[in-house]
This record gives sequence, C-alpha cells and structure tokens, in this order.
Amino acid sequence: MKLTMPKITFWRVVFAVIMMSGLAATYIRVTQGLAGSSNLSDEFPWGIWIGFDILCGVGLAAGGFTLAAIVHIFNLREYKPVVRPAILTAFLGYSLVVVALMFDLGRPWRIWHPLIMWNPRSVMFEVGWCVTLYTTVLFLEFFPLVLERFKLTKAHKILKGVMPLIIIAGVILSTLHQSSLGSLYLIMKGKLHPLWYSPLMPLLFYISAIAVGLGMTIFESWHSSKAFGRQLEWPLIQKLSRMLAVVLSLYVVMRLFDVTQRHAWVYLEQPGWESKLFMLEMALFIVPALLLYREKTRQNPTGLYITVVMFLLGFVTNRLNISLTGMEASSGVTYIPKWTEVAVTFSIIAGGFAIFRLAAKNLPVFEAAEHEVPAAANGSRGELASVNATGD
Amino acid sequence: MARAILYDSVLCVGCRQCEETCSERWKLPYTEKIAAEEKTSAHKITAVRTHGERFSRKLCMHCIDPACASVCPVAALQKTEAGPVVYLEDRCMGCRYCMTACPFQVPTYTWSEILEPKVAKCDMCSDRLKEPTRCSEICPTEATITGDRDELIAKARERMKESPDSYYPAIYGIEEVGGTSVLILSAVPFDQIGFSKSIPKENLPQTTWAALQHIPNIVVSGSVLMGGIYWLNNRKEEVARAEGEGREGVK
Ligand code: SF4
Ligand code: SF4
Repeated sequence: MKLTMPKITFWRVVFAVIMMSGLAATYIRVTQGLAGSSNLSDEFPWGIWIGFDILCGVGLAAGGFTLAAIVHIFNLREYKPVVRPAILTAFLGYSLVVVALMFDLGRPWRIWHPLIMWNPRSVMFEVGWCVTLYTTVLFLEFFPLVLERFKLTKAHKILKGVMPLIIIAGVILSTLHQSSLGSLYLIMKGKLHPLWYSPLMPLLFYISAIAVGLGMTIFESWHSSKAFGRQLEWPLIQKLSRMLAVVLSLYVVMRLFDVTQRHAWVYLEQPGWESKLFMLEMALFIVPALLLYREKTRQNPTGLYITVVMFLLGFVTNRLNISLTGMEASSGVTYIPKWTEVAVTFSIIAGGFAIFRLAAKNLPVFEAAEHEVPAAANGSRGELASVNATGD
Repeated sequence: MARAILYDSVLCVGCRQCEETCSERWKLPYTEKIAAEEKTSAHKITAVRTHGERFSRKLCMHCIDPACASVCPVAALQKTEAGPVVYLEDRCMGCRYCMTACPFQVPTYTWSEILEPKVAKCDMCSDRLKEPTRCSEICPTEATITGDRDELIAKARERMKESPDSYYPAIYGIEEVGGTSVLILSAVPFDQIGFSKSIPKENLPQTTWAALQHIPNIVVSGSVLMGGIYWLNNRKEEVARAEGEGREGVK
C-alpha cells in the first residue's frame, strides 16, 4: 500500500496539470477563436483535433459495437464480462468526440445543422447522422446499467426486450460511419499522398476499426484489472487476442495488397517524412500481428499488453498519417499543432480516463453476470481463475 | 447560358485592378500591404501572383461538379444553374471540409473571427448575373473576360490559333476535375505559373459516391444478416432450453 501511494499522487498531479492546461486552452479558444488557439491555416484546415480526436477517437471507441456483436448477435456469451466496459468506453469515446468537435467547429452551436440541412452526397453528412444515432444507441445500450443501479426493474425489462433491435442498429450504424471516416478522404485524390490514398480506404478503416475494438478491450481489461485489483478475464482475453491476430493479419494483407496493386511502393524511395512514417506505421501493424501468433506472447500478460499497445500506436499512426503526414506535401506548408491544440487533446483523453474510473466504481460495469444471480460475480471470477489454472 | 470566366495570363499585365475591385465588392480593405500579398485569403478573394515576368490570377475555379459543394454536410456551398458556386453563410457550421476537399486550395476561412467565422471565396459576382463580373469589367487588357463557357473555349482556341507562339497549347479547366467554369491560358506549362499539375481529370465527387452509393445495400442486407444470425442463435438457445440441456447452466 505504501508503495502505491506516491504513484497515485504522481498521476493525480499529472492529471491536474493536464486539466489546467486544457482549461487555459479552452479559454483561449473561446476568447481568441481558432486563430489564437490553433496553428490551422487556409492551407492546412484540419489538424489534430480532426486527425486524433475524431479519427482516432471514433476508432478507439469501436470496441462497443465489436463486442456487442460478438456477444449479442453471434451469441458468444462467454465474452459477456467484457461487453459492458466496452460499451461504456464507446459511449464515453463518442461523447468526447462531440466535445472535441465543439473545439474544432468554427461555429459549434450549429453542430445540429446537418440534422435539418441535408446534403446526402456528403460523407460528413452521413457521418454526422450515424454518430448522432449511434451515440443514442450506445446510451440505450448503457442505460440498463443505470436502471440496474437504481433498481428500476420494470424499465429495465422493457429496455431488455427491445435490446436486440438496438444492438443490430448499433452494428449497422458503426459499420457505416467507421468505414465512412475512410470515405472522407476519397475526395482528396491528388491531395493525399499515394502511400495512403486508396479507393479501399473505407474498407481498410472498417477492418482496422474492428481490430482496434478488440485491441482496446484487451487494453482496458488489463488496466481495469490493475486499477481495481480485479482478476484479469484471462481466458477471454487470450481468445480475444487470437481474434485480434486474425483480423489484424487480414488488415495487413489487404494493406500490402493495396499498396502493391496501386504500384505505390515506388514512393518509398522518395525522400521526406512520408516514407519513414509509412514504414513506422507498417511496422507497428506487422510486428504485433506476428507476435500475436506466438503462444508465448499471448500467455504472458505483460507481453500481450505491450503487443496490443504497439498495435494501438500503429492505429493512431495510421490515422495521423492520413490526416496530417499524407496531406502536408500537397498543402505546401508544415503543420505543427499549437500547444493549445495538444492541451485540449490531452485533457479530453485524461477526462475520458477519469470518467471511466468514476463510472466503473459507481455503476455495475464489471458485474457481468445476469443480475438474477447476484452472487455470480464472485463465482464467475473464481471460475475464471480456475479455468486459467487449467490452461487455455 | 452558364456564366464562365476566361483568364488569359498571356495578356495579363499585373495591374491588380481586379484585386482592388474585388475587395471593394466584398467590402474588404485594400491597402498596399494587402496588394503585395500574393495569395488568396479571407481578406483577399482573388490574388495576382508574380512568376518572374509573368502573372497569374488565383480565384475559385467554379468547378462544374465542385468537390466543395459535394462534401459540405449542410449544403452551404452550392453550384448554381447560372454557373457560380455560391456560399450560404447561414447554413455553414465551420467544419472546413470544403477547404480540405477543394483540389485548388480555394476556400479560405476567417480564422480570427470569434463569433461568426466564415468561409470566404470568389462567387463569380453571383449578385449581378446580367453584367460581366467586376474583374472582367475592369480588366484593361481583356485578360479576364466573362461569357458562356463554350463561347469562351472557342475564343481561347481562336487566340491560341492566331498567335500559336505565345501560348502553351492547352486550356486549363477543360478537363481538370471534369471541367471548371474558369478557364485559363498560359504561355508556359501551367505548373510554372502556380496551377497544380496533379489535379485529377475525373469528377471528384464521383470518388466519394462510389462508396456512398452502397449505404442502402449495407443497411438492408446488414440488418437481414445480423437479424438472421441473431435469430438462429437464439433458436439454438430455445431448443436447448426446451430439451432441458441447460446451456445457461454453465453460468
Ligand atoms: S475551385 Fe474549389 S472552391 Fe471553387 S468550386 Fe472548385 S472545389 Fe469549390
Ligand atoms: S466549412 Fe461550412 S461551407 Fe465548408 S464544408 Fe463545412 S459547413 Fe460546408
């Protein structure tokens, strides 16, 4: 206990510093507009608020639909213990994406405009609708926890009854907007660097979103087991990591195939950051994909954690490469985010962590067993531990 | 008759009167300092750029099927029948997708505006469609003229035929992004006077549509597939329960 105390204080200090800087940045955003609070320009109108907060944010929240589909549609009930935290993260993720949009939009109070002013030819219009609807779906998927907490059994029952429909809608909406984030860049033909520009972007975005959904679930389980002193749902995590290996390999193969088919490898010989960052991105996909096939990696929690983090970084690198690295050459300028942009982004991440912890502590997020069997929570843990002992 | 502009950089003498009259129309200040800025911005809607002893004007190309209008989630940018691509400020929420998507880097933003930032770009004087654009009207050398697109193309070809030595043998804007309503002539290859060579020849909104058109398919077949899988799996459970095998018993 004594050993962990200074650590907690340290993280609290870090958290406080981040939040303070975020507050300062918010003040600057409000009083000085986008000019004062960002390094965006006519040549480079989309920065990290889009590239990280939106593109990565929505992707990293993909665990919600991936696990909802696995558990409720494919009926793999064994994954139930991780579905609630995944849905909570997703709901948080999407809410934070909306917060980020409030910073990025020139007139954030018009965020609702796409709901009544339509342009069906616009990918952004479609993403706007899907994200709005999906956030509602996530709220409904998450709401039973709140009802459960306050013992509103009747409302809980009704909601459970329509849940299959809600879940299916969630999966479809996610399929649409996760792929559409890739479609956003289809129109940048001639602007986005050929190492990244591909007609397959929608598909690649979708598959990497599924992979990142699985990856984030493993990542979270590891963290919540540390933070809350819980047993890691180890056999589950190992199975998830096998799934991740498969989806990730599929992604890597498609990506290699795609670059080859577009004869884009030649661009690697050109000088500049593009080729280096492309190599880094690919390495951060390929190395974890291979490592995940090693039984040794999958059996070692730390090893698995590091592998998954590597992949998550690869994912972030990919989205940043598309939104920043790949757009720089054609823009004719160099974009480096201003401190305010970075501060807002970090505050949003830190805020997400804090709210997750708060919710995990106060809502029955981790009580995965059906509530008809209140004692099952402990039971299932014991069971998992015993399965763990007998091996995979 | 859809309005178009022909800008003949060979005839342009760099007097910058088009800049000045344009600033007047938008009620923007036009000082010596601003005149010296060789790029468009929210306070300079058109810009004359110097390339050695040559000049070239930058303005919105008024694409026939504009990327900016196709990407705008709230249809704040629209291609009008009359030719100009216009901006409806009241709809715009400032996502700046139009800026990211425009192949010619045209739309600019009033970044330092706090409460009412907006997109700024040339609208081909859509406020006075009967007369020529202000820049055409003031241009002393007929380097910028307004007219019907087809007629302007014919006129450009005529000029090129009359003095083939003065012109690079192509019209910028005929094929670029499937055609634009602003056409440009030059003495040298276009990239030497600031017009990007890497502009795709195809209609850009089409690249997006190729993906977007599948949405109804995904929604319908996806729902049926998911619903089907769900139903099949639930049947299994019902059967299991009926047979009293207690699949749930594992819990
Ligand atoms: S040049 Fe750019 S701003 Fe002008 S119409 Fe074309 S896409 Fe729109
Ligand atoms: S910034 Fe305004 S005009 Fe441009 S795409 Fe966004 S909403 Fe449309």
